[in-house]
Formats: sequence, C-alpha cells, structure tokens
Amino acid sequence: MLVLGGIAVVVVGFALRLHPLLVIVVSALVTGLAAGFDPLAVIAALGKAFNDSRYISLVWLVLPAIGVLERAGLQQRARQLVTGLRTATTGRLLAAYFVLRQLTAALGLTSLGGHAQMVRPLIAPMAEAAAESRLGPLSQRIRDHVRAQTAAVDNIALFFGEDIFIAIGSILLMVGFLHNNGHTVEPLRLALWAIPSAVAALLIHGFRLWRLDRQLARAVAEERAA
Amino acid sequence: MIGLHEVYLVAGAMFALFAIGSVGDRANPRRFTNTAFWGLFALSFLAGDALGDLGNGALVIAMVLLAGIRGLGLGQPKTTSAEQRTASAQRLGLKLFVPALAIPLTTLLGTLLLKRMTIHGAPLIDPKQATLVSLTLGAVVGMTLAITLLRQPWSSPAHDGRRLMDTVGWAALLPQMLASLGAVFALAGVGPVIGDLATQSLAVDSRIAAVCAYTAGMALFTMVMGNAFAAFPVMTAGIGLPLIVGRYGGDVVVMSALGMLSGFCGTLMTPMAANFNLVPAALLELRDRHAVIKVQVPTALLLLAFNTVVMIAFVFPD
Repeated sequence: MLVLGGIAVVVVGFALRLHPLLVIVVSALVTGLAAGFDPLAVIAALGKAFNDSRYISLVWLVLPAIGVLERAGLQQRARQLVTGLRTATTGRLLAAYFVLRQLTAALGLTSLGGHAQMVRPLIAPMAEAAAESRLGPLSQRIRDHVRAQTAAVDNIALFFGEDIFIAIGSILLMVGFLHNNGHTVEPLRLALWAIPSAVAALLIHGFRLWRLDRQLARAVAEERAA
Repeated sequence: MIGLHEVYLVAGAMFALFAIGSVGDRANPRRFTNTAFWGLFALSFLAGDALGDLGNGALVIAMVLLAGIRGLGLGQPKTTSAEQRTASAQRLGLKLFVPALAIPLTTLLGTLLLKRMTIHGAPLIDPKQATLVSLTLGAVVGMTLAITLLRQPWSSPAHDGRRLMDTVGWAALLPQMLASLGAVFALAGVGPVIGDLATQSLAVDSRIAAVCAYTAGMALFTMVMGNAFAAFPVMTAGIGLPLIVGRYGGDVVVMSALGMLSGFCGTLMTPMAANFNLVPAALLELRDRHAVIKVQVPTALLLLAFNTVVMIAFVFPD
C-alpha cells in the first residue's frame, strides 16, 4: 500500500498546480523509497528509465522545419486560405478536420496529423481566421478557447480512429495479453468492435462542434456588451 | 544500418544548437539557464548510454531543478515580423504548403518503404525503428525543402527552431519524464496493488456492476497512469477476465475492445497524458495549462457511458 504514496504525490501535486517536473521527481523518490530501494538506487532507476525513453522526445525534431515555415508565413497563408471562403466557420472546419483525421487514422496513417506538425502551423490559424472573419477581432480568452478546441479534435479523432486499424499498438497489445492468458482472438474482430465507438465519437463531438459557432458568437457578444 | 543511435545524434545536434544559440541571446533574462537546460538535453541524446544509470539520474535531476526552481526564460531569436510574414505568404502562395505536407508524407512513405531497402545485402535501417527513423527523415526533408524552395536562410532552422522550443519550454521534457515515472511505478509494483484495491473495493455482484467497474476502472486507472496500455493488463486480469468472462460468460473480444476504448476516454481527461493534453497547451501558447483537457471532458464522459452501455448490451451472448 505504501507504494501508492507516489500516486498521491502526483494527484495532489497536479491538483495544486505545483511544477509538474518537480512533482514527478518527488513522486518517483517516494515510490522507490516506499518499495524499499535506497535513494541512490531510485535515482539510478529514474536515470535508466529516462535514458531508455529518449525516443519519446524525438517529436521535437520537427520544430526547426515548422519554425522555418512559420518564418516564411505558413500560418498567415493558412489564414488567408480560410478568410477567402465564405462558408468556412470554425465549427465546420474543425468537423472536417475531425473526419479527415479519424479516417486516415483508421487506415493506419496516424502520422498525418499531430500538434506540432498540423495543429499549430495549419489548423489552429485556420480555425482562428474562420472565427475572426465572422466575429471580428477575438479576445485572448476566446482565441485560447478556439485553439484548445483544435487540439482536442486532433486527440479525439486520433484515439477513436486508430483502433479500427488492425496493426495499431493497442490492438497488438490486446492480442498479445489475451494470448498469454489463454484466449486466442482475431485482431480483425477487435478492430470491428472499435467501429461503434468511432461512430459515437464522430456524432458526439460533431454535435459539440456544430454548436461551437453559436457559442463563440454568444461569448463574443457578451464580452462586447460587458 | 541506421537506427536509434543515429537518430539520437541528430536530436543531440539540434539541442546543442539551441543551447549555443541561447548563450548569446541577451533578450532572454535567463539565457544561461536555457543554455544549461538544452545543453543537458543534448548531452543526454549524444552520450546518454555512456553516462551510466546514476549519471543519467543526476542529469534528470539537474534538468528538473533548472526548470522547476530557477525557471527557463523565453529567447528572442532573429526571425521575421508579422508584416513580413503576411507579405511572404502572399508572394509564396500555395508553395508554402509543399514542405509542410512533405513532412508527414515522407514519414509515411519511409515507414512503408525503408524497411525493405538493403545496401550490399545489409538492411539500410533497423526495421524495429522504422517509424522513428522515418520521423527524423521527414523532419530533415521538410526543413531542407523549406529552406531551398522558399528561399529561407540556412541559419533559420537553428533560430526559428529555438524560438518554438523556448515556447514549449520545460513541457518538452514532460512526456519523457512521465514515461520514466511509469517505469519506476512498474519497478515498485504499483500496478498490481491498484488492481487488487480496485477488485476488492468494488461491489461486483451482478453482470452490469462488473461491466461498470471494468469500464470505469479502465478510465480511472488510465487517468492515474497516463496511459491506457498500462491500465489494460491490470484491469483485464483483475476484473475483466475473472468476472465478465469467467463468472458471467462474456465475450473476450467485445470486452477487450470496449475496455481499451474506455481507457482512451481516461487519456482525454488527465494531465498525466502530457503529450496529448499539456504539450499542445504549451505549443499553442494557452494561458491555462489544462484548457485542452477541459474541452475534452464532456466528450470523454459521454463516450465512456456509450462504451459501457454497448458492452452491457453485447458482451453477454444470451
């Protein structure tokens, strides 16, 4: 039971909004000490785990390319593209990106998206420009909300699309785990049973995006009245 | 053979350039802290395997103290103004999208094709690392195209890359740190303890209660661990297989598929899934670190309810 102390540190630390990196190190120390390791062994275990998971930080390799593109005006170009379209609203644009992201993820093409490659340089500026061309200049608060909506679309469409592809990590993990526990299952059946939730995700989040345009208009009107 | 080692050298070189660029950036009041932070990250990529476990542990703690106690500053590298960018966007037109789309396409094609390529019979790349090698290749191809096709200076990747990296700041370390914490949890046996706790404390005396405990447990455990992959084995061994399949005769496939997706609902609601929820907040320069999570919670809860209802309806054969 004592080893759960580390989890308590994380929950309390994140809830109090303490610096996440400090919270994580303290949690690792508490967990390791509670499990009976001496402090140096915990630090060594943390160091080994850090060194073994360097591949996770490779996503940042894309930043120089994105930086050069921003320098050359990619965000402005993405905005100009949308400003010219009369029918483009934030909600419709994000719904279109949702469908595109979900379909490509379902085909295993999960790299066609992502926050650094697609959301920051392209989709977020487009969503903002669509809101601005209908509602005028946006306050920082509403601009932040539009951006957060864009990031959420990328996540939800990815999670509830990729599981339809039979060779994705989560399906392989389930097949392997169930096999080790005496159940042989077809990856294809697992993938098929991801389809109802994928449709539900599209309908639920699609409905929320359909309402987003009116919510933004109301929020802007309220801000101007205040 | 090109593998993880070569990819890490590229990443190390990039972070080293960011560190060097920070030294001379007088607009940044914390320029030496930034230099030390990105410099240590570079060291980790270039020489992590030679540092030893304790050495790496010291490196981690130094980075965390630099970011957590001292705090990083925001560099102001040389770049273009908003007016220059608007003019450049008009001049370059659709050409601007070519390097942007080349990044994912190169990654995609690389993943599919590079695995099969050989030089004198030896594989060109480590097939196990095809995705990461292709990701690196995509970044390099995109950068080179952006410079040549759009006529940008060769020094711009170092400057504008650092501009974005400083925007992300310490959050850049968060996903890797959380994965490391997960490894420490695993070493200390945290997963099974939580699994036992969940199975003992939940009243599962009916089929419906068992399904609810399983889907809610998957979501909650994922929120704690930050990862549905860590939750699935524990919850499925603790509740799914013994109760839903064993006692009540449920279908393994329906249970597993919807159980994993219930875990994904948890991923949408937790700061522990930093790469999906906190990193975009940093990349998009949102003032509220949890803004993305707040947007996702309603959809996640409705989908969790949906998964639970579908499992109750279809997992039992009769």
